[in-house]
Amino acid sequence: MNTAAKENKLGPNGKPVRPFVMPKSMRGKLSVWRYLIYRRTLQITILLLFYGTAHWGWNIAETPIIVGNLSASKLLGFIPLADPFASLQIMFTRHMPQNELLIGAAIVLGFYALIGGRVWCSWVCPINMVSDLAAWLRKRLHINDNFRLSKQLRYSVLILTLLLSTITGLAAFEWVSPISMFHRELIFGVGMGWTAILGIFLFDLLVQRDGWCGRICPLGAFYALVGKLALLRIGFDAPTCTHCCECIKVCPEPAVLNFSKAAQQGMIISGECTNCGRCITVCPEDTLQFRYRFKTSTHQPAHSNPRLTTGE
Amino acid sequence: MKKTSLNRREFLTRTAQRGALVASGGLLWAYLLQQQAQATATAIRPPGALAEADFNASCIKCGQCVRACPYDTLKLAPVGDTAAIGTPYFTPREVPCYMCEDIPCKQACPTGALTPQLSRINDSRMGLAVIDIENCLSWQGLRCEICHRECPVQGKAISVEHHPRKLSKHAMFVPLVHSEACTGCGICEKACPTDEAAIRVVPPDLVQGKIGSHYRLGWKNEAGITKDFKPAAKIKSPDDQPAGGLDYLNKGEL
Repeated sequence: MNTAAKENKLGPNGKPVRPFVMPKSMRGKLSVWRYLIYRRTLQITILLLFYGTAHWGWNIAETPIIVGNLSASKLLGFIPLADPFASLQIMFTRHMPQNELLIGAAIVLGFYALIGGRVWCSWVCPINMVSDLAAWLRKRLHINDNFRLSKQLRYSVLILTLLLSTITGLAAFEWVSPISMFHRELIFGVGMGWTAILGIFLFDLLVQRDGWCGRICPLGAFYALVGKLALLRIGFDAPTCTHCCECIKVCPEPAVLNFSKAAQQGMIISGECTNCGRCITVCPEDTLQFRYRFKTSTHQPAHSNPRLTTGE
Repeated sequence: MKKTSLNRREFLTRTAQRGALVASGGLLWAYLLQQQAQATATAIRPPGALAEADFNASCIKCGQCVRACPYDTLKLAPVGDTAAIGTPYFTPREVPCYMCEDIPCKQACPTGALTPQLSRINDSRMGLAVIDIENCLSWQGLRCEICHRECPVQGKAISVEHHPRKLSKHAMFVPLVHSEACTGCGICEKACPTDEAAIRVVPPDLVQGKIGSHYRLGWKNEAGITKDFKPAAKIKSPDDQPAGGLDYLNKGEL
């Protein structure tokens, strides 16, 4: 142990707690931002594919690449895709959709059930760009919450969605969903939908931290339930963790980073984890890594990420 | 003990607070939806669209019908548009439905909101053309009849009839719409040469009346009323007796 370590606090593993330091080099910075960059690239690429197919005739061998929007679409002319939550709402209005929609919903549902339900939220949903921007600005401007909404509220909204679908005979969330408004109007022509997006931005920025995505959105709640058994997880290598809590500071769902639970399971097991990868890149000890759920844990010798602790 | 009861109170209060938040939000949401669900439908839907309430429930607002239309007829209503949010509709005066025989919009629909049961485009009922006879050129006595000639169900959906003209030897030729054949494609509305179209497509519910089954139009259906017509059986009652009273003049009592 060196002298610096004696001055610092020690983690439960006896190692010094080192704070995350943003690297000064561009390469280091890009490495910290890498999942953010991947996520934005994917989000924008998906919207661009829809837009390009619709407006610029993008195709592969005369077959349109992807027609429709994130509610339902057809990939390469024959693979149906559909929003499983929207399809469920339609069924709750007591209307049975055609097989094509059911198959599309099953494909999407299966995909997210495997790689993590809320991968939708942080890797695909276009609202994520708005709420991330609000969260970043809120941190920059040191804005405190106006009031606190429960993180469990979204499950009530989820139940309400299905209840109202049955009562009113309209797919309740689809008729007010700012997510659908956003991608629909980007792809099919702009109306007043941007006002809803502005609403989410201001709400998240000034009223409640992670208000929309983390507390209200029933689609996120739906995918949190879907992802409970998913295979792709954030692995947690307990012996290396010094409880520096850098991961909790960046996590939009901090409740999922329960260290004692994570140490037991060897991974973050909550369905509310969006697999966004923010925690991975700020962890100075490389404790957190993407991992496959059923891989037996490998206790590698503790290795740290010098770039993140020295700021080089 | 004291601590437990305090916790229980806290728990109950918090539960009530959460319940109130969800309930009040839910009520607002329900009002909004109910209003949307019951609003008068004025939008003209693509061919094969289910009845408005079923269509609104089934449509997932994906816009695949919009992209399938080769004439760019269809639009997805953005927020603040006249049609219900996110649903496909068209404005015939801008671009009507050109009635593709293979109905690509219907084929593209993944949900069945545009029903797969529609196999012939002429069977579609997107709307009904109505004529404003006060502004129709033909009804003023000019020879127009453009709607009749443009109509894809020519002669069946719009016919041209003789109509007497006041004090003139010359008849007028006026268009008439027949709802049993009109598909509501709106090609007539698009073609109408007046500044504001004098023939327009509207949802049939808004303009169509209903006679009622108890009316018997015998002259329209020869086999109908005359053949099995029987006068109502006479009901016997004391009133059927010849009226009593003062009939003395006829009986020669005076």
